[in-house]
Amino acid sequence: MSDKFKVEIITPDQKILSTEASEVTIPSYEGQMGILKDHIPLITFLRPGIIFLKNQVESKYFVEEGTVEFSENNLLILTSTAKDIKNLKKNSLNNLLEDAEKKLKNENSTDKEKFILSYKVETLREIIQ
Amino acid sequence: MPSLDDLKKRIKSVKSTQKITKAMKMVAAAKLRKAQESAEKGRPYSEKMQNIILKLTKSINDTQNAPKLLVGTGEDKKYLCVVLTADRGLCGGFNSNICKLAKSNFKKILSEGKELKVITVGSKGLDQIKREYGNYVIKKFSFKDKKRISFNEADIIGQEIINLFNKNEFDKCILFYNNFKNVITQIPQAQQIIPAEKEQSDDNDEKLISYEFEPDEDEILEDLLPKNISTQVLKALLENAASEQGSRMTAMDNATRNAGDLVDKLTINYNRSRQASITKELIEIISGAESL
Repeated sequence: MSDKFKVEIITPDQKILSTEASEVTIPSYEGQMGILKDHIPLITFLRPGIIFLKNQVESKYFVEEGTVEFSENNLLILTSTAKDIKNLKKNSLNNLLEDAEKKLKNENSTDKEKFILSYKVETLREIIQ
Repeated sequence: MPSLDDLKKRIKSVKSTQKITKAMKMVAAAKLRKAQESAEKGRPYSEKMQNIILKLTKSINDTQNAPKLLVGTGEDKKYLCVVLTADRGLCGGFNSNICKLAKSNFKKILSEGKELKVITVGSKGLDQIKREYGNYVIKKFSFKDKKRISFNEADIIGQEIINLFNKNEFDKCILFYNNFKNVITQIPQAQQIIPAEKEQSDDNDEKLISYEFEPDEDEILEDLLPKNISTQVLKALLENAASEQGSRMTAMDNATRNAGDLVDKLTINYNRSRQASITKELIEIISGAESL
């Protein structure tokens, strides 16, 4: 028996990824979450962060939000944006970071928005380094 | 009998119309490919989203406290109909098919003494509905200047629907759009999005999986349901865009063929009358010579 399970990342525009992996780490709303084969069925949200996929090679995707469902060894990630980190340009990252920082300083945003933005800033900084 | 000159002019005008329809057909064919692609790529997302919602619905035991967006207000008095059409004409029965379906539904709703509200997306649908049901239209959208439909556009409509729902403006929401089956068949559809329609098929054999929720169920539903509505609207928009191009392509193909037939017929007529006039002239010359 292999210890792999199916992973799909789907955005409204297209299926970004459909593959198998032995381990996936997702930035869930309440913290990083590692998923291995035969995890119990689960539905959760994503906050901005990085999805790590471990197969023969490791790949990383940057997401801002999304919904995750895991059942019967199918991991389904629905998100509006998922970008392969390899394809991200430094310029656009810097722009995103600036935007997020500006919004974070805006006093009108609610605590929930700030919570999410702080993660976004953190993740972007991490990628840029 | 039209004169030779007239026939010539008509042939010329039909030919130039044919050129236009042919060009439109080719443009539609090129656009169709793109639209079809994005419609097909968009399908998994909306399907899976709907799936998750359905699973969530099944696992809810306490329907009294469930979010209203999911189970509805419990009443059946006010209807909101969202009619999605194209912004351009010349695409066969595309717009009229949706409007026909929508109008027959309107009639039913009104005849049952229920309240009707209409949102139109796309100017062609508005034109057709305005005549009879102009008073019921509360909002109109048009994405004429948008080349590609993205999630943002769908979200605008979705937000509007949710706003209205929160203000208690309607109990049920129905989407009208064309489902893209293939290039020649598009099926006008009415889809109820609020409350979320349950699938009719009995899937009793499907074992119920109890999920772990993080954060809890209510919070997930609260966030997911509005998103689902925008997603369903997006799906409808994408299907519509593909259907529009498909419908236009077949319509323009037919028009091109008809124009060809017409040109043939007119050419035969033209040749015949030309020959007749030559014969007539010959007879005149011969009889003139004979009489000398």
